[in-house]
Amino acid sequence: MAMPFLMPLSRATPDEILLPARPWFIVLTLVLALFANLLPLSGTALALRPDFLALVLLYWCIQEPRFVGVGVAWCVGLVMDVGDGTVFGQHALAYAFLAYAAEYFRRRVLRFPPWQQAAQVAVLLLLCAALVLLIRFVGGANMPRWSYAVPPLVGALLWPLVSAVLQWPQHPQRSSSDR
Amino acid sequence: MRHIPVEPPAFFHRGPSPLARLAFFGLISLSLLFLDTRYRYLENIRSIVAVALYPLQRVAQMPGEAIAYVGTYFVTQRELTLENEVLKRRLVEQGSSVQGLTSTNNENARLKALLDMRPRYGGAATVVEVLYTGRDPFAQKVFINKGTDADLNAGDAVIDAQGVVGQVTRVMPFMAEVTLVTDKDHAVPVKVERSGVRSVLFGAGAGRLPELRFMSPNADIRQDDILVTSGIDGTYPPGLAVARVATLERETGQMFARITTQPLAGVDRSEFLLVLRRASALPARPDEPAETDAAKKTGKSRRRGG
Repeated sequence: MAMPFLMPLSRATPDEILLPARPWFIVLTLVLALFANLLPLSGTALALRPDFLALVLLYWCIQEPRFVGVGVAWCVGLVMDVGDGTVFGQHALAYAFLAYAAEYFRRRVLRFPPWQQAAQVAVLLLLCAALVLLIRFVGGANMPRWSYAVPPLVGALLWPLVSAVLQWPQHPQRSSSDR
Repeated sequence: MRHIPVEPPAFFHRGPSPLARLAFFGLISLSLLFLDTRYRYLENIRSIVAVALYPLQRVAQMPGEAIAYVGTYFVTQRELTLENEVLKRRLVEQGSSVQGLTSTNNENARLKALLDMRPRYGGAATVVEVLYTGRDPFAQKVFINKGTDADLNAGDAVIDAQGVVGQVTRVMPFMAEVTLVTDKDHAVPVKVERSGVRSVLFGAGAGRLPELRFMSPNADIRQDDILVTSGIDGTYPPGLAVARVATLERETGQMFARITTQPLAGVDRSEFLLVLRRASALPARPDEPAETDAAKKTGKSRRRGG
């Protein structure tokens, strides 16, 4: 594979069933992603920065749909709207849509290897960005430049890494007798 | 025959379907969007969430501040000497124009008193620091480190050493949002310093230069003219430098000249800004004449009827 160093982290081997994620871990990762989104960046870093919160939400909607669904995504989106100072409901709507798409996605997306998952995630994130664009368009915004599509693509590239890191604590501990 | 229960066992229960949830939350979002853009009803909720979010935002700024702090140790002596020299030169240059200012001001005040005019801008000013630039790609905004705690108000003008940066548009407990003059929805009433021609400077969004719209092709305006605030809106005190005319196209076939301008202030670069508190120097807006009121009402009712 392209990134061999990820291999020990990523993907449950066929004989291994992931443990359910602990709720505090889900909350912690969401807060950390919010933190990453709130970092005061500017210039190129800001133009490249993916929406970490969307990535983490998408992962949990796929992996733990009983904890994180449309409602949670919507509430988190409202917080992000305040953090970014955008129109109230913009991120909320985008994240709710993302959670809904993940619901239809989750049964098949995990069957693919990470890079093919990333391609599907790219489509989802771009759709999300298009939804935001539509909302702002109605509000009278200008057409943004092509660089508007960069953060979703960077986010999709980061997907294998993000999903590997978020999966890590759920790998079952092998007892020494198994080996 | 016994009826077999069709209800699935309890652990299959997952509440309403995702589509129903999406429809529900989508409708709420749309109404929020509408309420926020149209009426700005939700500022209270926003400031409550903003207070809750403030600690996290503060922490998020710490890595950058730490890097900047460490960076100050690696400034070379040469750079500092150069900067010092530049600052000294600027001080001398500006000193000459300041020396006569006090007497001119006094004279001006006496003349104005004589003519019974209202005093020029006399409000207080607050130095603020830019916390971060706005992350919304559709708007040109920065966030500053003072808010209601420093008694800022929405509508206060924000300037830097070179000219107008923008105005405060939203005030939260410990920070405030400044909309820059380059924002698409922002307009500054200006006049040409040389000729006194009045106009309005409209922002054009990210990466585009602000422009003067609706100027007739024969207006007295030239390349490199300086535009200063005219002060007729009551938001910006008069006489602040705003922009320099960058390009000027007068086509005889067009109704208006195409004029783009280059902001003088380091609109998206300045670290320290000055917020000018609005001094209520403007007289209250006169009441609308009664007959136009009545005309409006009939117009409205007619529209409603039709």
